[in-house]
Amino acid sequence: MPLLEAITGKRLWRGLHVPEHKDETAHLAIRRMPFPPLLVVPLSQHNGAPAVPIVREGQEIVRGEPIAKAGGFVSVPMHAPATGRVQRIALAPSAKGELTEAIYIVPYESASQEVLYGMPQDIEKMTPEEIVLAVQETGVVGLGGAAFPTHVKLKVPAGRTIDTVVVNGCECEPYLTADHRVMLEQPAEVLHGARVAMRALGAQHTVIGVEDNKMDAVAALKQANGNATDITVEAVPTKYPQGAEKMLVKVLLNREIPSAGLPAEVGLAVFNVATLAQIGDLLPSRRGLIERVVTIAGPGVTKPGNYLVALGTPLRWALQQAGCTANVTSVILGGPMMGTATGSLDVPLTKGVTGILVLTDEDAGPIHPCIKCAACVEACPMQLNPSRLGLLARKERYEEMAAEFHLMDCFECGCCSYVCPSNIPLVQYFRVAKQMNRERKARA
Amino acid sequence: MTTGVMNDLLVAAILMGGIGVILAAVLAIADKKLYVWEDPRIDQVEALLPLANCGACGCAGCHAFAEKAVKGEIAPGKCTVNSAEGIAAVAALLKVAAGGDEKRVARLACAGGAHVARQKAQYEGLPSCRAAALVNGGGKGCSWGCLGLADCARVCSFNAIQMDVHGLPVVNETLCTACGDCVDVCPKALFSLHVVSHRLWVACKSQLQGDTAEAECEVACTACGRCAADAPAGLIQIVNNLAVVNYSKNGLATKTPIERCPTGAIVWLDAKQGAVKGVEAKKITRKSPLPVALADLPVMRTAEGPRVN
Repeated sequence: MPLLEAITGKRLWRGLHVPEHKDETAHLAIRRMPFPPLLVVPLSQHNGAPAVPIVREGQEIVRGEPIAKAGGFVSVPMHAPATGRVQRIALAPSAKGELTEAIYIVPYESASQEVLYGMPQDIEKMTPEEIVLAVQETGVVGLGGAAFPTHVKLKVPAGRTIDTVVVNGCECEPYLTADHRVMLEQPAEVLHGARVAMRALGAQHTVIGVEDNKMDAVAALKQANGNATDITVEAVPTKYPQGAEKMLVKVLLNREIPSAGLPAEVGLAVFNVATLAQIGDLLPSRRGLIERVVTIAGPGVTKPGNYLVALGTPLRWALQQAGCTANVTSVILGGPMMGTATGSLDVPLTKGVTGILVLTDEDAGPIHPCIKCAACVEACPMQLNPSRLGLLARKERYEEMAAEFHLMDCFECGCCSYVCPSNIPLVQYFRVAKQMNRERKARA
Repeated sequence: MTTGVMNDLLVAAILMGGIGVILAAVLAIADKKLYVWEDPRIDQVEALLPLANCGACGCAGCHAFAEKAVKGEIAPGKCTVNSAEGIAAVAALLKVAAGGDEKRVARLACAGGAHVARQKAQYEGLPSCRAAALVNGGGKGCSWGCLGLADCARVCSFNAIQMDVHGLPVVNETLCTACGDCVDVCPKALFSLHVVSHRLWVACKSQLQGDTAEAECEVACTACGRCAADAPAGLIQIVNNLAVVNYSKNGLATKTPIERCPTGAIVWLDAKQGAVKGVEAKKITRKSPLPVALADLPVMRTAEGPRVN
């Protein structure tokens, strides 16, 4: 096959075909999840400065009302996910492990999921700067998992021009179908969000890339777009990690984002479909992000599906609603390739959680020595040498990994670990190496 | 024919010999012209150093320390790894005072071994604290606590750290040279360097309060404030629900503040008896790890490919 690909020129990057496991949830419409008895809204659900609470203990709040303001430009406000009362502002467990400040909210028993907060605003009359501020006001961050504040990406960096907006509808992680459902059920909002992004960035064109295992989503977007020419919808080959920014841009536009660079350097801005759908939905009525679609799937779930979950819902409640089998061994936030295992079911669901994967598998088995088969080298979409990097990591030669073997180009897609016949947790080694390098740099 | 071969051999021998002589001359001149005089005492001092190249003195290795010592920029006693005799020998050689500070050692701000601290999840993956800490904090109930996977013991060049039966590192103060490697490697930043005369020690970093702190760990600081109340003014303060000793007032320190501590989180590090808890500290008799509720215990593994099948 590689030879054929080499001749036809279709092989643009390496990567893998992994079992998709999307059938169990892809056909299920998005369902609302009831409010839990206690919501825990962390002040830091995004990259950047934490939000600053503007409510006090005991205060009554209305669903959709701002409860924390942005702590700087690279920060977003938080909004009340339910009508109720602020119980306290205290430390709460987070997906990263350490405890972070959070606002605890007790929803009223009669609280409805209807959002009454908000007022209409005319986006057409806004300048690009006003759009950036309005998007910050919605509290929207990258909903594909990175949770980077979206309004920051809507500001054109000094000295650059953005000609094209790229919309990422690949959702290449196995099991996850949240973005797929969003494209099917909210195609108009996705397109509206894309047009808002184009206006803010001064871009003339938008390309939406969707993996070709979701042709129904392509059709839905095309139908909603009608004859408009500013947005094109393209099906891209299904291959992991197609949803990685660099891979998608290469396939769609044949542009290469430089090492350690941003898409803006090649005139692009990349957004996830769910992010744009939220902007398209919230911005016209000046509301805030208070819920998101989360795929709950995996062999340990009795009612898998895509749930519209209020932000701050504890994992335990979400799993109770979806139902778990008795033999659950681990719970992953995100997809199976890049997600992180959680050690506590008290962790609240935040803006960056794309899915909850409940697994029932046996332990991973022993780690064997590297046999230098180069399966990882074949798989790495960034064309790194994970085998060599892994050996250096074992010897704790972290600086050498970054300086000579491009460690920082690794975006932890997990392909190398997936194919390794010796079961070497390569990505875990690389995460440790990156962390050590960051700390050493900070100390120096 | 034979004369031809002889001629060739002769030419080759003369050529090689000539090149040899010229190069030898170049080397001889270079040796004189480019000679750098180095104080012979640098090598003598270096020979008296432990040659661990640990960096505890702040120099880039033992040779750099020897250079500085000869120049008089650093006192021989600043090498914390050297024996007392070694320091005296260096001082005698350089005819300076031994100098140096009081002996410092690494101390661990956690007493939550497996017999007292709750485990919230079971970690599977690389057996290293660094790696575990990146997977949702590492599975320990207390998110500040020692993960017990012995990164510090492995990084210690002096074999001064051993893991005890409860999975906590124990620092051997005689072997510890305060090089700081354990301080840098601990992902929870539990180690810090202290002079041995700092006797009052809070073996906890939990910022939780009261029962919430105690629910995670039997020996956690619950921020009750008794030690702060019993200590001379300003010696102990409660900061972020944690007792913090102000070592700039270490001269005032006595054993009194530890006596009423209900959990024994604050201890008196006695030179002979080790960590001494107060009389009111609850007695920990359990030797085995705390039992865990399996239903509530997800296994934590890094999400990496092999589990998709």
